[in-house]
Amino acid sequence: MSLADVFATARAESRAALIGYLPAGYPTISGSQHHLRSMVEAGCDLVEVGLPFSDPVMDGPTIQAAAEQALSAGFRVRDLFDVVSSVSEAGGRAVVMTYWNPVLRYGVDAFARDLASAGGLGIITPDLVPDEADDWMAASAAHGLDRTFLVAPSSTEERIAMTAKASSGFLYATAVMGVTGARDVVSSAAPALVARVREHTSLPVGVGLGVRSGAQAAEIAGFADGVIVGSAFVSAVAEGEGAVRALAADLAEGVRSAAATV
Amino acid sequence: MGQFTPTPHDPDARGHFGPWGGRFVPEALIAAVDELAAEYDKARLDPDFVAEFQRLLRDFAGRPSLLTEAAKFAEHAGTRVFLKREDLNHTGSHKINNVLGQALLTKRMGKKRVIAETGAGQHGVATATACALLGLDCVVYMGEVDTERQALNVARMRLLGAEVIPVKSGSRTLKDAINEALRDWVTNVDETHYLLGTAAGPHPFPLLVRDFHRVIGIEAREQVLEKAGRLPDAVVACVGGGSNAIGIFHGFIDDADVRLIGIEPGGSGLDSGSHGATLTAGTPGSLHGAMSYVMQDEDGQITEAHSISAGLDYPGVGPEHSHLKDIGRAEYFPVTDAEAMEAFALLSRTEGIIPAIESSHALAGALKLGPSLGEDGLLVVNLSGRGDKDMDTAVEYFGLADGGRA
Repeated sequence: MSLADVFATARAESRAALIGYLPAGYPTISGSQHHLRSMVEAGCDLVEVGLPFSDPVMDGPTIQAAAEQALSAGFRVRDLFDVVSSVSEAGGRAVVMTYWNPVLRYGVDAFARDLASAGGLGIITPDLVPDEADDWMAASAAHGLDRTFLVAPSSTEERIAMTAKASSGFLYATAVMGVTGARDVVSSAAPALVARVREHTSLPVGVGLGVRSGAQAAEIAGFADGVIVGSAFVSAVAEGEGAVRALAADLAEGVRSAAATV
Repeated sequence: MGQFTPTPHDPDARGHFGPWGGRFVPEALIAAVDELAAEYDKARLDPDFVAEFQRLLRDFAGRPSLLTEAAKFAEHAGTRVFLKREDLNHTGSHKINNVLGQALLTKRMGKKRVIAETGAGQHGVATATACALLGLDCVVYMGEVDTERQALNVARMRLLGAEVIPVKSGSRTLKDAINEALRDWVTNVDETHYLLGTAAGPHPFPLLVRDFHRVIGIEAREQVLEKAGRLPDAVVACVGGGSNAIGIFHGFIDDADVRLIGIEPGGSGLDSGSHGATLTAGTPGSLHGAMSYVMQDEDGQITEAHSISAGLDYPGVGPEHSHLKDIGRAEYFPVTDAEAMEAFALLSRTEGIIPAIESSHALAGALKLGPSLGEDGLLVVNLSGRGDKDMDTAVEYFGLADGGRA
C-alpha cells in the first residue's frame, strides 16, 4: 500500500487520515516498536517514525527530551530501520521524519534503499527544502519512496507551488509558525494555508503542529486530508500503553466526526 | 575596492560556495532569509546605507582600528608581527562591525525585535549595544555553561537593556544557544530579526556577515603597506565560526602570495577527541542552515566541541572557510588550550596587551609559524578581541589569585 492509498482509503470513508508520530528509540527501541504498533492498532492510518537528532531546531521541549533520551540510551541510525520494519510487518504504514544531516551522513541513496527495504513509504524532511534536495529527488525516485516537504504560513504562492510539485504522497502544512508541541487551540492560520495549498495541488494535505485532542482533530479534519499528532503521543508514552491507545482512539474518533467537507 | 563591492568570491544566488553553504532550514524561515537577502542586496548598493554604516563604524565603534607592531612578542615568534587591533573597537572585539550592519538592516526591514546567540558573550554584548543605540528590543540566548564562565558579559548585556536567556538544552553551549535562537525565530519571525553572530548559517548570513567584517582586511592591507612597505607573508586569525578570519582574509584574498591561515581550537589536543577543530578534523554535513564541515559522529549526530575559549567552542564553521580549505586558498591548523594560554600570557607580558583567549589562538599560531618565515618574514595577526572577559579563566588557569603568575 502506498501513501496515495492511505489517503484514498480515508477519503473514501469521507474522513481525514490520522497520522501519529513517535521517535524511534523512545522510550527504548523495543518500546517504540511496541507503542507504534499500538498506535496503528488503535486507529493511526499512518505513523511517522522520528529519527532522534542531536540538534532538533524544529522541535519543542517534549520531542527534544524524547530524542535526547533515545540518543543517550545508545540509539543508532540503523535501529531506525528495525523500528520501521516492525511497523510494516505488523501491517502498519510508516514514513520517517528526519532532520537532514543524519541522512547525508548515512548516504542519501543508501538511506533511501534501506528505508524502502524496511517497508517505509517515504520521508518527511523538516529542514530540507526542495531547493537543496537534488540528491533526495533522485534517491526517492530510484527506490520508490514518497517525498513530503513542508509548507508554512509564511510560504509564498511561488514556493507553495514549487514545493507541491516536488512532493509526492502528501504535503505537510505547519499549522502555526513555531516548533512542535501540543497547544490548546487550533491555529487560525491553518485553514487559510490549506486553502492556499489547494490552489496549487491536488496532493493530500496533512496538518500538524500543536494537535493533541479528538476535538482539535475533528476541527482540522474539517479542512485537511490528514491530522498529524506528535508531541501528544510522546507525552502519552510516558503515561503508558493505555494512554497511547486512548489518545489514538480519541483522535481516530475525531477525524471521523468532522463535517464531511474533505 | 569598497567594502560592499561584489567580488568573484561571492556565493551563487542560492548561497553556495562551491558545494558548501546553501539553505538547510525549515520552509517557515525561507521567507525571512529571502527578505533579508533582498534587503541586503538593496542596502549594499545604497549610498545612504553605506554612509550610515561607515559613520557608525567611525563615530561609534572607533574605526579604523590600529595596526600595531609587536616587536617584543615578535622575538618569540622569530619573525616580524603586526597586530590588527580589533580589541580596541567599542565593546572590545570585531563583533561590533557585523552587529551595526545587521542592526541597520533590521531597521530597514521595519522589524523591532532582535534575537542573537552568544558563546563568550562578545557577540551578545555587541548586539545589546547596537540595540540600545538604535532602539531595538534585544533577547540574547546563551548556553548555561557559558553564562557561568562569562558572568561579566551577562551583566553587561543586562545593563544594556537586553534580556539574557540561559539555554539548558544539549551541551548548554554555543550550538544549543543557536538552536534556541532558531526556535525563537521560527516562532516570531514576522517582527524579529535573528542577528547571527558569525559567517555561518543559511544564505545570506555567510555573505553579509563577511561583508560587514571586510573592513578589517581592507584597513589591515592599507596599514601594513604603509607601515612595512610590503604585504605580509601570511595573515593569521582564529576560527570558531570564522567571522573575524573571513573579514581579514578578504582584504588579501586576491594577493596570491599572502597565505591565509586559520587557527582552530585544538582543546586538549586532537588525539584527545576534546577539541573544536572543525576544519581540521570534521566531515561534511549540514548544521544550523548550511553545508559545511561539522564535527559529527558516524550517525551524523553533532558532537560537542571543547575549547578553553567559549567563543571558539562550536562544532560547525562558516561555509566559505570550507570552500577556501577545499580550493587550497586558506590553510587551517589547530593549537591547543595550553598553547593558546601561553600566547595569552606572553602577549600580556611582552606588549602590555591582554588578548581574548580566542585571539590568543591566532597568536599561538603565529608563534608556531614564525620560525619558518625567519627574520625577514612578516605576519599580520588579527587580534579579534580583548581579554578582560577572560580574567576568571586566567585566574583559574594560572592560579593568579594565589600569587601565581603566568
